[in-house]
Amino acid sequence: MDWQTLITVAMGAILINNFIFAQFLGICPFMGVSKSTDTASGMGMAVIFVMGLASAVCWPINHFILEPNGLVFMQTIVYILVIASLVQFIEMFLQKAMPSLYSALGVYLPLITTNCAVLGVVLQNTQNSYGFVLSVVYGVTGGVGFLLAIYLFAAVREKLEFAEVPKSFEGFPVALVTAGLLALCFMGFSGLKLFG
Amino acid sequence: MNVKKQFMDGLIHQNPVTVQLLGMCSVLAITTTLFNGIGMGLSVLVILTLSNIFISALRKVIPNKIRIACFIVVIATFVTVVDLALQAYLPDLAESLGLFIPLIVVNCIILGRAEGFCYKNGVAASAVDGVFQGLGYTVVLIVMCVIREFLGGGTFGTGVLGPDGVRILPSHFAALGMALPVGGFLTLAVIIAVMQYFLNKPKKAEKKEEVAK
Repeated sequence: MDWQTLITVAMGAILINNFIFAQFLGICPFMGVSKSTDTASGMGMAVIFVMGLASAVCWPINHFILEPNGLVFMQTIVYILVIASLVQFIEMFLQKAMPSLYSALGVYLPLITTNCAVLGVVLQNTQNSYGFVLSVVYGVTGGVGFLLAIYLFAAVREKLEFAEVPKSFEGFPVALVTAGLLALCFMGFSGLKLFG
Repeated sequence: MNVKKQFMDGLIHQNPVTVQLLGMCSVLAITTTLFNGIGMGLSVLVILTLSNIFISALRKVIPNKIRIACFIVVIATFVTVVDLALQAYLPDLAESLGLFIPLIVVNCIILGRAEGFCYKNGVAASAVDGVFQGLGYTVVLIVMCVIREFLGGGTFGTGVLGPDGVRILPSHFAALGMALPVGGFLTLAVIIAVMQYFLNKPKKAEKKEEVAK
């Protein structure tokens, strides 16, 4: 495992193949909890946490249980159950052990189960046959990319509250247009080459 | 049971994509060619109908506290079945939809209908609901595919009418951006805005009447 691969994967997950703007994963929470920068950063933090942990937990399950027993076709079911129970455990653990962090992340945790970015990152790790370290790095940096995207988007939406929007574009459509323009900005990163 | 009302709800008044705003990821991601759109729409329709029937049949057995987990297991089972069937019989489609077939598990439409409709209604009503909600989703996908394909590549029906579709505009007129993520966001924004415009119209008329009174 050399540093170049790690950095390439990390930068790819944050900027070039951003989960929201390039891969369309996790659009529901991206649209749903981006009304203010506070909730957006809370959601982003929770996603980084869960995506990193889910990558770390699903890799050994796939490598030591599913693959040796020829159960790879059960992947989707197993992964979604792992993610759902993981989120539940994190919630209970944080409630007991770190009440301050729980009150900050608490509301967003249950929503993450149905965030396709989490299931997506785990499935991609398997598809690309990433090793353990690379999986975790991809999970965490994918979450960082999500945080970046949702924070920028929420900041724009806060300003948008004061803008005069055509009647039929009010609410969701104008948010989609904003997201489209942000996606256009992120297109600038495609073709970015880090090494050679 | 009111089939006609369910039909109108699924397609227009409670359309899963344009009104309930569910299942955005797949709508934005895969609507680049007509073939993808129809394939994805029909897969969701089948999974939604099957899981609706199954969940409403089991609704008296599933304990209230762990119902979400039970729903997810049922949905994930049907998604796996459809995923494997597509890989076996339509490998082209499976390849171009890629990750988004297994991700139907976390598509909010299916979980949303399970929670909001099937857990309270009978098997027949749930089956009809599944078909019409799936149909509403498919129609939006097809509309988006047609718009994005026409503006982004100047063609119509790629994969359905021949491998490259029917060319309508010369290739140098195509706006590549419409086939890229940007185009997905903008097209959906315009479609939802048009829907809001027409859905709000009668309400405005009512308001005017109220003011006149």
